[in-house]
Amino acid sequence: MPTIIRDTRFTKIKKHPVQQLGLVLLLMGFAVLIGMLSMGDYILTPSIVERSVVDSTHQAVLKSLLEPLYNKPIESDWALSAVLDDAFENANEQLTEKPIDDYWGRSYKTYLIKYSTVGLPAERPMLLFWLSIGLGVLGGLLYILPKLQLIPGIKNNHIFHSATTNRGWVGWLLGSFLILFYILLYFFPYYITTWMLICDPLAFWLKGSGATEWFFYGLLYTLAILVMGVRMMIKYRHSKYHKLRTGSVMFFQLAFAFLIPEILVALNRPYYDLKNIWPLNYDLFFEYKINEFLSNGTLGMFMLVWGIALVVLGVPLMTYFYGKRWYCSWVCGCGGLAETLGDPYRQLSDKRLKAWKIERWMVHSVLVLAVIMTAAVLITFFTGHSSLLGISSYDLRYWYGFGIGSIFAGVVGTGFYPLMGNRVWCRYGCPLAAYIGIVQRFKSRFRITTNGGQCISCGNCSTYCEMGIDVRWYAQRGQNVVRASCVGCGVCSSVCPRGVLKLEDRGDGKARFGEVKF
Amino acid sequence: MKHVVIIGNGIAGITAARHIRKGSDFRITVISGESDHFYSRTALMYLYMGQMEYKNLKPYEDWFWPKNRIELVTDWVEKVDVAQKQLVLRQGEPLSYDELIIAAGSRWRKGGWPGEGAKGVHGLYSLQDLEAIEASTAGIERGVIVGGGLIGVELAEMLHSRGIPVSLLVREKGYWASVLPPEEARLVGDHLRQHHIELRFSTSLKEVEQDAAGRVQAVVTSAEERISCQFLGITIGVEPNIDFLKGSGIETDRGVLVDEYFRTSVSGVYAIGDCAQYRKPPIGRKAVEQVWYTGREHGLLVAQTICGKPAAYKPGPWFNSAKFFEVEYQVYGDVPSRLPEGWEWFYWQHPQKHQALRLVWEKESGKFRGVNLLGIRYRQEVCEQWIISGTKIEEVVGQLHRANFDPEFHSRHEGEIRNAFSTQTGRTIKEQKKKWWVFGA
Ligand SMILES: Cc1cc2nc3c(=O)[nH]c(=O)nc-3n(C[C@H](O)[C@H](O)[C@H](O)COP(=O)(O)OP(=O)(O)OC[C@H]3O[C@@H](n4cnc5c(N)ncnc54)[C@H](O)[C@@H]3O)c2cc1C
Ligand code: SF4
Repeated sequence: MPTIIRDTRFTKIKKHPVQQLGLVLLLMGFAVLIGMLSMGDYILTPSIVERSVVDSTHQAVLKSLLEPLYNKPIESDWALSAVLDDAFENANEQLTEKPIDDYWGRSYKTYLIKYSTVGLPAERPMLLFWLSIGLGVLGGLLYILPKLQLIPGIKNNHIFHSATTNRGWVGWLLGSFLILFYILLYFFPYYITTWMLICDPLAFWLKGSGATEWFFYGLLYTLAILVMGVRMMIKYRHSKYHKLRTGSVMFFQLAFAFLIPEILVALNRPYYDLKNIWPLNYDLFFEYKINEFLSNGTLGMFMLVWGIALVVLGVPLMTYFYGKRWYCSWVCGCGGLAETLGDPYRQLSDKRLKAWKIERWMVHSVLVLAVIMTAAVLITFFTGHSSLLGISSYDLRYWYGFGIGSIFAGVVGTGFYPLMGNRVWCRYGCPLAAYIGIVQRFKSRFRITTNGGQCISCGNCSTYCEMGIDVRWYAQRGQNVVRASCVGCGVCSSVCPRGVLKLEDRGDGKARFGEVKF
Repeated sequence: MKHVVIIGNGIAGITAARHIRKGSDFRITVISGESDHFYSRTALMYLYMGQMEYKNLKPYEDWFWPKNRIELVTDWVEKVDVAQKQLVLRQGEPLSYDELIIAAGSRWRKGGWPGEGAKGVHGLYSLQDLEAIEASTAGIERGVIVGGGLIGVELAEMLHSRGIPVSLLVREKGYWASVLPPEEARLVGDHLRQHHIELRFSTSLKEVEQDAAGRVQAVVTSAEERISCQFLGITIGVEPNIDFLKGSGIETDRGVLVDEYFRTSVSGVYAIGDCAQYRKPPIGRKAVEQVWYTGREHGLLVAQTICGKPAAYKPGPWFNSAKFFEVEYQVYGDVPSRLPEGWEWFYWQHPQKHQALRLVWEKESGKFRGVNLLGIRYRQEVCEQWIISGTKIEEVVGQLHRANFDPEFHSRHEGEIRNAFSTQTGRTIKEQKKKWWVFGA
């Protein structure tokens, strides 16, 4: 077998000076972001306890238990966190009726640590914001913009020679960092309170209250989609299809996922991302959500009806006319991140038949699980019985949220971008994708048309399919591509050097599948 | 059980194997020396450019072969003994066959220039060639490529991807001018120049200079110019790879001579793909067709013949495609480089972008004969139907939107093309109005 070629001596290809500067700024911003986590000191005061511990019983007990700590500087959030853990444990000896559980504990700890921060992050949050996130965005843009000088067209040179995009050391490092980040975000938010602090000015300006870990995450997520969206637009600037759909995901992320929900909260209305559809939006029918909708008059009612209408009417109709892409590569936030931040990793998706088999089992199981979980939650809501066939609906939803909502969608879904490609979640885990996929496969006008016998089996289409579809398998047989998982990103059509593939909504009969010609 | 042996695991041999399996229970063995598995030769450039890895080049996963009971042997066939129905292999034991398909493909052609044997002089056909090119191009200052055809441009793009300056020597007056009409040739030439490929037209090679170590250090062109370089690519064409058949009794000329059923002069022995030469070429086709699509078609047909449903080669309208850096090229039907007697043509080019279209028809009857496309994609199905049914050019121009295969939202130029067509030719277009209420029509 040929030894496969890995030559890293492309000495003549240097990065543009502006790109080099961009890279330096990006790394500096990143370093500041990491560095600031160990920057502050922490001083606890009674008023901080009052602000952070909202439950009055808990507050009373904790206030006296924490007394020895007041007004004494503590060096690190780790140290403070350990002390607080002890305090909660002691408190729980007294609070046998209503103990501080994990959920409360995490929230208290996060606020207590955040508010007791002193030093630079508390005094100069804006400065740190610009030096980290600001510098990162600027550096990213400077790195991206010089690519405008290249002649427009597909440029995938050296993707498999690169340590970043072919699971080299940079890829592993990035993946590990992302995974660690998600673990902190979901399970240990109290170690990243500095990041919330530096977002406080923006959060106050936008919605009149401070930043939570979710505000910070939402901001970072949105910026990632915007900056990498610019990259996407430049990379595919010869294709209006990509420019439009990238513009679309950028808009939906910024407006629908980030701004509108925050503004709703500022107006004392329910937090609602109007484009997030059940079962991806798995807590839509949780009782606190339903109660919130019901107590919010016409707007609340509209939100509830809108949410249900999207599931029963929106998805089937739109998918019938336009295929899965109307959502997954034009609107969805997870899809939006995958199509922008994740684009450099699309070639890492597994194309093997085995992977397709695993995918079908997995993604449909998650859909079934989501349906069961939601049904149980609704039964509890309507009947008041919390236990179904011996399983508590509370446990069910907790474990769904933990396993699917946090671990799968976040830690694995995004953390594994540089290792398993940018659509791990969408492909193996997203219950909404499974649902839309069933519609697309069986009742839709969408297909990828193969242009007669023009395919030369080169494999660009399969290589760059983020969903791991072996597009070539169909194209080289002269057959159209109709697959449940296809998100209609259109990259196969762009990278095909022979003009073989076209995404079309062309009628739903048998002809949609096309015949095997070769 | 009948044992069908196929020499060559390229597109021709593998298509034959797959379809023999579909149509029969015969024992199938494929012998090939170049690689263990079928891979896509057309993607060799992407391997070098780091756009794909070798595993991406394989159209079928490795389990595919045992599952479909297609036995693979990696070895070189040294001799075919038609009397004994046996193949002599370089390493393995001789192999017997009941029916034999020769699908040995091509090899790159040399020019016979002095010094051509120097180190650093390569053609591009096989994986081994690619590996050698990889080694020879590491850290070099300049490469020269002789031969302005499709593979020449691919090789130029490969070197370009490594930041190696390239001079491309083209014998004709324009890029690929033996196939492309002058305007298309110019457009592609301009595009190559934009990518800093140095084009030297009406220029060939005279000799290759070597250094003390026997490595190429410069070439001298037919214009007596010396270009110093550390790599020379020879891409002046390919020729059937059939030396091993010498003395076998199988009749050959340039390629293995076959009839329309791909039968050679020896019964039970067939030849397909690049290495076959038609005794009577189909109308409008060359005697040796060296493209992917024809190899696939041959494989399909020979499989039917072997499975007892003899199928003759009656190709439809010619088609092909390529890509020159960013510019995609498609052709449907007959578009010669010079206008034949009694034909007319029309050429449209985008004022700024590298997009063009050329329509060709018969003057008298107005019958549509073919179309060249640069930077625009057309549907094969529609173009073929126009050609086969002899649709009048006026109707074709009125229906161009039916053929357009560009991605959604891409700018379309049918209006401009129609206007230019009527002004230039004075013909009145028969418009077929697009019915807006028919989805996707
Ligand atoms: C770089 C490149 C790019 C190309 N791009 C295009 C394109 O874009 N479009 C297009 O239509 N065509 C293209 N072609 C041409 C196309 O690849 C060929 O027409 C096609 O591969 C021929 O297929 P085949 O099956 O006849 O032979 P091959 O693919 O050559 O397969 C024959 C195999 O048999 C093996 N073999 C030969 N002799 C022996 C022996 N004695 N013993 C054992 N094994 C043997 C060879 O090593 C080889 O692996 C390209 C060719 C090259 C080299
Ligand atoms: S990219 Fe195009 S030519 Fe290559 S395998 Fe896919 S469809 Fe065929």
